[in-house]
Amino acid sequence: MAEISSGTLTGKNLHLSFGPNHVLRGIDLHVEKGTTASVIGPSGSGKSTLLRVMNRLIEPDQGDILLDGKSVLTENPDQLRQRIGMVFQQFNLFQHKTVVENVSMALRKLRKVPKDQARVQALEQLDLVGLRHKADARPANLSGGQQQRVAIARALAMQPEVMFFDEATSALDPELVKGVLALMADLAKSGMTMVVVTHEMGFCRNVSDTVTFMDAGVVVETGSPDQLFTAPETDRLRGFLSDVL
Amino acid sequence: MDAFEQLLKTFFDWKAMGAVVPNLLTVGLPNTLILAVSAGIIGSVLGMILAIMGISRNPLWRWIARIYTDIFRGLPAIVTILLIGIGLGPSVRQLTGSTNPFPLGVLALSLMAAAYIGEIFRSGIQSVEKGQLEASRALGFSYGTSMQLVVVPQGIRRVLPALVNQMISLIKDSSLIYLLGLLASQREIFRVGNDAAANSGNLSPLVAAGILYLVLTVPLTHLVNFIDNRLRTGRPEKLQPDEAAAVVGKGA
Repeated sequence: MAEISSGTLTGKNLHLSFGPNHVLRGIDLHVEKGTTASVIGPSGSGKSTLLRVMNRLIEPDQGDILLDGKSVLTENPDQLRQRIGMVFQQFNLFQHKTVVENVSMALRKLRKVPKDQARVQALEQLDLVGLRHKADARPANLSGGQQQRVAIARALAMQPEVMFFDEATSALDPELVKGVLALMADLAKSGMTMVVVTHEMGFCRNVSDTVTFMDAGVVVETGSPDQLFTAPETDRLRGFLSDVL
Repeated sequence: MDAFEQLLKTFFDWKAMGAVVPNLLTVGLPNTLILAVSAGIIGSVLGMILAIMGISRNPLWRWIARIYTDIFRGLPAIVTILLIGIGLGPSVRQLTGSTNPFPLGVLALSLMAAAYIGEIFRSGIQSVEKGQLEASRALGFSYGTSMQLVVVPQGIRRVLPALVNQMISLIKDSSLIYLLGLLASQREIFRVGNDAAANSGNLSPLVAAGILYLVLTVPLTHLVNFIDNRLRTGRPEKLQPDEAAAVVGKGA
């Protein structure tokens, strides 16, 4: 992986409601620089919403978000998002652009990198995810696993300080999951700060430094993977683990 | 047999047809194309503005777009053309000194086309998956830039067939401009054919005009089908050997 300048990310007492629906009820999440935090929990527990609040795709009603100790709520949200890469469950590659254009677009338009140079940088990113040979293909002609690797390259091209993964392997065919998880594990090892919302308990246990278990908009338990998987303290986590393991 | 000959002479009098062809091609055709193409371009620009207003978060913009669309889509073309073409004539003459009704014809056609094209664009833009906008915003693009670079281009692509259909309508509706009273040099296909038919007392020149419309519109209809197919099945792509062998895991 290329040189990485990762940051420490902290969410403090985050609240969010959609109408009467109180989705986040005072979430605290701290991700130390260079570590990987997994967020697990039943569907509807607010995990994906938490990611969107922490990069301000959705503005929190209350609470604070700190990147390297500084509140980002006063910053321009578009600028903040350039520092936080995000990978989605449904890949969300731009269908009207080629693979390499997907990766180079933000470099060209936001960082004002000249076209040729942006292409070279994008090809380097594609090399890292093993898809340089697909540079001029359209996303629709790629398998799900390949699309997700391109989406990771697209996010990494902006050299973010933090990476968010929102159930990045949930939409993949089983045989394609492994490759994407391996790529994510490599990225974690290279020192990227990562927040990973996932149902992959194996990844959670073996790769992440901390695990946070959310249910109904609150953090129920948080700690090292060993702590949570071998000695869960609450009935809710015990129940969840017995359902998914 | 007499009746058949009568019909043949009424509709397919080759001499009467041949006489009108030069005029159809040198006067009628360019004027029809100018009317339809300029109304298509202006209508697309206005239509895009209406579409953006129609999906705005500001209810006032949405209302304005809604009312405009309801009015210009709801009125018969002939009413709009007469109201705009004749009604605005005196004001235009006062402002510019021009008594030429041709630009007002273009305006009337453009305003009508904008209402339809606006709805076409809006439905196209709204059909783009929410994740596309979200992914663009997550990269750090603003809402406006995301719409411009990611959402709108994909939306337009999806509605190309409907836009070509709209172009076909414009070619046909441009014939109504004759109502505004045009100079001989400004007459479009229908008026040229109709004048010749009136002068010769034979419908064949009008049939010739009709055939010329078909020459314009039928290829466009097939273009719609072609684009539609291409959008559905994607560009035919040469498969690399390993891909051709392993089709498993390649979603539709």
